Amino acid sequence: MIRLEGVTKLFPGQARPAVDAIDLEVPDGRTCALIGASGCGKTTTLRMINRLIEPSSGRIVVGGEDVTRADPVQLRRHIGYVIQGVGLFPHKSIADNVATVPRLLGWDERRVAARIDEMLGLVGLDPATFRGRRPASLSGGQRQRVGVARALAADPPVMLMDEPFGAVDPVVRGRLQREFKEILARLGKTVVMVTHDINEAIRMGARVAVMREGRIVQHDTPDRLLGEPKDPLVMDFVGTDRALKRLSLMTAGEAASLATPPPGVPVVESSSSVQDALSAMLSAGSDRVAVRDPDRGSRVLTLDAIRALAAPDQPASASEL
Amino acid sequence: MTGAYVTWIAGHRSILWRTFAEHVTLSVTALAIVLVIALPLGIGLARRPRLAAPVVGIVNALRTVPSLALLVIMLPVLGTGFLPSVVALTLYGLPAVLVNTVAGLRDVDSNIVEAARGQGLSEGQNVLRISLPLATPVILAGIRTAAVQIVSAATLAVFIGGGGLGELISAGMGLLDIPQLVIGALAVALLALVTEIAFGATERLVAGRLLGSTA
Amino acid sequence: MDWILNNPETLWEALVQHVIIVAEALAISLAIALPLGIWSARRPRVYALVLGATGILYTIPALALFALLIPIMGLGQGPALTAIVMYSLLVLTRNVVVGLRNVPGDILEAADGMGYGRWRRLGAIELPLALPVIIAGIRLTVVTQISVATVGAFIGAGGLGDIIFQGITQDIGDKVVVGAVFASALAILADESLRFIETRVRAAGGLE
Repeated sequence: MIRLEGVTKLFPGQARPAVDAIDLEVPDGRTCALIGASGCGKTTTLRMINRLIEPSSGRIVVGGEDVTRADPVQLRRHIGYVIQGVGLFPHKSIADNVATVPRLLGWDERRVAARIDEMLGLVGLDPATFRGRRPASLSGGQRQRVGVARALAADPPVMLMDEPFGAVDPVVRGRLQREFKEILARLGKTVVMVTHDINEAIRMGARVAVMREGRIVQHDTPDRLLGEPKDPLVMDFVGTDRALKRLSLMTAGEAASLATPPPGVPVVESSSSVQDALSAMLSAGSDRVAVRDPDRGSRVLTLDAIRALAAPDQPASASEL
Repeated sequence: MTGAYVTWIAGHRSILWRTFAEHVTLSVTALAIVLVIALPLGIGLARRPRLAAPVVGIVNALRTVPSLALLVIMLPVLGTGFLPSVVALTLYGLPAVLVNTVAGLRDVDSNIVEAARGQGLSEGQNVLRISLPLATPVILAGIRTAAVQIVSAATLAVFIGGGGLGELISAGMGLLDIPQLVIGALAVALLALVTEIAFGATERLVAGRLLGSTA
Repeated sequence: MDWILNNPETLWEALVQHVIIVAEALAISLAIALPLGIWSARRPRVYALVLGATGILYTIPALALFALLIPIMGLGQGPALTAIVMYSLLVLTRNVVVGLRNVPGDILEAADGMGYGRWRRLGAIELPLALPVIIAGIRLTVVTQISVATVGAFIGAGGLGDIIFQGITQDIGDKVVVGAVFASALAILADESLRFIETRVRAAGGLE
């Protein structure tokens, strides 16, 4: 668990604190996305957790230990860190990059070697192909994968990610987001990630904290954030298409009701998003789709049900339908 | 201590003046010849990359030759005196100006040159009105380096009978006359520093005017 | 070229002496410039001062610098080495600083975030990545040192400059030319070998 209690950062020579007495709790195994415009204090908050920036006041507890009392260098070896620029060491091979923290921790070389292969496999890079290569010969997406493998190598319980997909193109970004969300959940990592992209925040975060001028304006599940933005700023930030975004959070399977679909309507998989189901309806000129689910039989999703979901004044969540 | 130096200067005004004048004449002559050779050559080479590569290579090798070696290496052929000193100093200062002229002209944004050509400027006009002004800061930096190198190396001209302030150092050493040695050395050091500062200031002034920056 | 044939040992000794002076000067210069560069790389005001001071030393003509050291240190290899080192500090320190400053910020941030301590980061990440620029500085410095050491014979440093000065005093043209040719060849050889090393290190460094 990561807990911030009244954490404040006032940089010397500045009138206003960059981070102003924030409280935040991230339960074990969950991901919290910090989001906000540039200069809102999100990156400063993240960098205080591994003490790349020293907080001016407040307490930061990671796994029950007050990190403001720990030796910062030792602390960082037990917290995974991924940044936008990746920052792979260009003079070291991919294997040596991944081995960075295990070697700093003094693991024996046999264990390190096994771990390198395991980590490369985990992030979808064939160890035999990539071990000996240099970062310069990798694509942007591959570098980002190595960056995550390097951060995970010493199996830290906590991961900090600063715009981890900022440097790759949108197509690769979407794929990496899906893959890494799954990996982080499977490994049970507690994650704090910083992003300025609302789509990334709602896709990756179990919870999203919207920051402005050093404070957390709203800290909620993605669904509630989109359904009930607390103030005009949050509403502005989540965008005018927030109704559509909510639909993308839910699967057709979650939203469908039990009924026999009429013949001739479009068919969608139960794992597709409600947004995809809506597109299928619109393109076929139908007001309903059949939802195919091998386990639960045939079901139907109607345009009316989707309307009810999307209406911002009726914040129905999928489970209530 | 300082008394001895003041006395020396008071008693040797004419020799101090003569060696200073020789030093400046040597340096100015060599620098002038460097400019006359290196600028047109550099402009020509900048547009002929295939020819430029070997010439710049040779000139860079010339750059590594120790100054004393360059001064004395032609001793048997050219003998001693003003002329061989000027020849050596010219060779010594040439690389900095030539290399910077070629590099400065080549680094001018090809889009700008293309745009000028599109507006109907001839090749010659293009070089004169567009490329040269844009390359001027780099060329001036080369001239500053060459000037300081020449003033510095001219100190060694004394060893091949070229005169200059090195004469005071050499004579001071031979006679174990510390005031003469030190005053000669200080005069040369000062001349080199003034050259560096004066050329540096000109460089900033011209660059500021040409490129419209406030630097 | 009769002189060479009659005096191969004198020439060899002068050459070895020259190489030794330069090697000693390089070792001392590095011992000063490396810490100075590391210290001033992230302190702009200190760096400005260092550049100003070493820049003035670099501008003073070699013969003048040697002459100015005579009243303080007398003649011989001591003052000669001192002057050569004074000459080397500008280029070496500057290249150490430029090399360190060129290391991209995200690499340093990643290293910090991963738990490198300050000195370990310097040794394992920063210096290896700055190495090509530092070696370029060493190349330039060695060429300058070979040149300055030639003039150093004037105050008794020995080396190939000695052959040149003796040739001038004894009025033996061959001897002067042989000294000059060997000094030039040594400088060009040093330049080329260090350039070769620089290219290899740059390629191995992996920086684009």
